[in-house]
Amino acid sequence: MFAFIVRRVIQSIIVMLVISFIGFSVQHNIGDPVRDMVGIRVSVAEREALRDKLGLNDPFLTQYFRFVRNALHGDLGTSYFHSKPALDVILSKAPATLELVFGSSVIILVFTFPVGIYSALRPRSWFSRFVMGASTVGVAVPVFLTAIALIYVFGVELNWLPAYGRGETVNVYGWESGLLTMDGIRHLILPSISLSSIMLPLYIRLIRSEMMEVLETDYIKYAWAKGLHRKRIWLVHAFKNTLLPVVTVFGVEIGILFAFTLLTETVFQWQGMGFMFLEAVERSDTALLVAYLVVVGAMFVVINTLVDIVYGFINPMVRVTGVK
Amino acid sequence: MAHLLEVNDLEVNFALRWGDLTAIDGVSFTLDKGEKLGLVGESGAGKSVTGFSIINLISKPGYISGGSIIFEGRDLSRLRREEMRRIRGDRISMIFQDPMMTLNPVFTIGTQMAETVLAHRNVSRHDALDLALDKLEKVYIPSPEKRLTQYPHEMSGGMRQRIVVAIALLTDPALIIADEPTTALDVTIQAGIMDLLQELCDAENMGLILITHDLAVVSQVTEKIAVMYAGRIIEMGPTEEIVNRPRHPYTKGLINSLPWGRKAADRLTQIPGMMPTLTDIPPGCAFHPRCTVSEAHCLEKRPDLQPDRARDHVVACHNLGMLKG
Ligand SMILES: Nc1ncnc2c1ncn2[C@@H]1O[C@H](COP(=O)(O)OP(=O)(O)OP(=O)(O)O)[C@@H](O)[C@H]1O
Ligand SMILES: [Mg+2]
Repeated sequence: MFAFIVRRVIQSIIVMLVISFIGFSVQHNIGDPVRDMVGIRVSVAEREALRDKLGLNDPFLTQYFRFVRNALHGDLGTSYFHSKPALDVILSKAPATLELVFGSSVIILVFTFPVGIYSALRPRSWFSRFVMGASTVGVAVPVFLTAIALIYVFGVELNWLPAYGRGETVNVYGWESGLLTMDGIRHLILPSISLSSIMLPLYIRLIRSEMMEVLETDYIKYAWAKGLHRKRIWLVHAFKNTLLPVVTVFGVEIGILFAFTLLTETVFQWQGMGFMFLEAVERSDTALLVAYLVVVGAMFVVINTLVDIVYGFINPMVRVTGVK
Repeated sequence: MAHLLEVNDLEVNFALRWGDLTAIDGVSFTLDKGEKLGLVGESGAGKSVTGFSIINLISKPGYISGGSIIFEGRDLSRLRREEMRRIRGDRISMIFQDPMMTLNPVFTIGTQMAETVLAHRNVSRHDALDLALDKLEKVYIPSPEKRLTQYPHEMSGGMRQRIVVAIALLTDPALIIADEPTTALDVTIQAGIMDLLQELCDAENMGLILITHDLAVVSQVTEKIAVMYAGRIIEMGPTEEIVNRPRHPYTKGLINSLPWGRKAADRLTQIPGMMPTLTDIPPGCAFHPRCTVSEAHCLEKRPDLQPDRARDHVVACHNLGMLKG
């Protein structure tokens, strides 16, 4: 297990270097830090002097290493629009996005497992057939359509749930949280549902097919032959084996969930990183864009590593040998 | 005395899209307490289906469509789900073919043993593990305490099969059904597992149904042999009788294909042809297309099992009179 974690950490460092390299190249080619600092009303000669002073005329690699060194010290440049350190801007927006992803994950977990398992155990029931049909359609419905439909039905027509913004938030040690107030949670519901909607059909199908496969194995037949209670066979024996591939896929798909926060946050005016990113694109705030790339990349790497470690705990083969 | 197990006219169908397919067609046999029966035949003869139908665990579209399975005085084919569960793994234990696939890869041996005890006995987990340890010693597993915390993949195939045998012993069953328990193992360790099974059944007076396609194996372990062909038993009797004086042409073929045939001069022979699939079982005697002594009447009527010279030796063949020896 220790060797496994060390290997994962080394892999993560390599991934982060690649991401930062891409991020830096983008900034190097399209960004103009001088404009970011002094605006456009300064003479060409003065700018050139400033470029020299900032080291912007140094070789590419020298500049890249400086970028990495600064990044390691928490300096990801300065946002032109916000005139604040880019990292500070992003970190102030991160809680909103993380809570949105968290809300969606909870919805995914709570719905897909019972539904997927039930439709694997009773594939011929009308409920399973309905779920399979609905999930086929569900895969094809674009997220923004789901979001707009949700806003229209629950936000506008029925007026049950708020459709815009985060509602009331509480600041806990610098983390702006909407999970602690009723109003914040009510605001979270519709965006979470629409973000989770991209994953729900996929997961229900995945869990169902993995579970059905597991139910056909010899070790499940053997569990019946041992006279175990069917609850134990289904919910302990079959379930734990179903979990393995599902956890793996979850580790991969969480990136897609992050990608779709861009869309969801925009539709719901959710003041998170995705919303900020699209604003930064409009304002050509390159420092902020690059910082976003690096921060989201880092989050993604951390989450993936956590998922792999969880996988290692479920699957005894990984724990012992350190390889999958 | 009543038999431990009495299978009467068992019929098993598979419900397929285009209709039912009969896989087991009128199989009957009995087993006494502590008796060992070998079920032999080619692949597809219906050995596994027969074995699994005893504990009502036939794979999916299969179901018992006729006959009865009387075990300790109760008809297993008519039991409710919970009653059947209480017998499985308690009074009747199974040993599967491939020990690499039978143990669940994500649970420790200790968990998989303890859960079996807990499903049938009202004891603590601690006592269940004690019992597990006891049985692991019975199957001669080195350092049994360590095994309890290990996962299946940390052990060799032979070791895993010993663990499966130990699990079978946990509840002191009256009957063990072993479906090709050594086929998936290295030749070098096959004999060890067989000896173990034989020794344990004798020591605990457990009945054994040993399913295999290997006549050589059963002839060394069991007291009785039933030969299956295309879903029916075509010859059954005491092992010594079947091996030394086989009557059915098919059984004779099987014996002759063994390396230690009765006469050293006999060439090692294979039975020509293949067993028919269930969809095109020939009329009359199912074996007649491959039979060297078949006659016109073999196509007309299916032969029933009838007694032959020795006590308990029954054969299903129309041409017994013509067969010598
Ligand atoms: N799930 C199933 N669906 C349809 N037919 C089946 C199924 N399982 C078994 N059968 C049929 O039942 C017949 C008997 O199968 P069985 O598994 O009992 O053979 P066997 O004698 O154990 O052979 P082997 O030595 O290969 O294990 C086969 O011919 C097969 O066609
Ligand atoms: Mg078989």
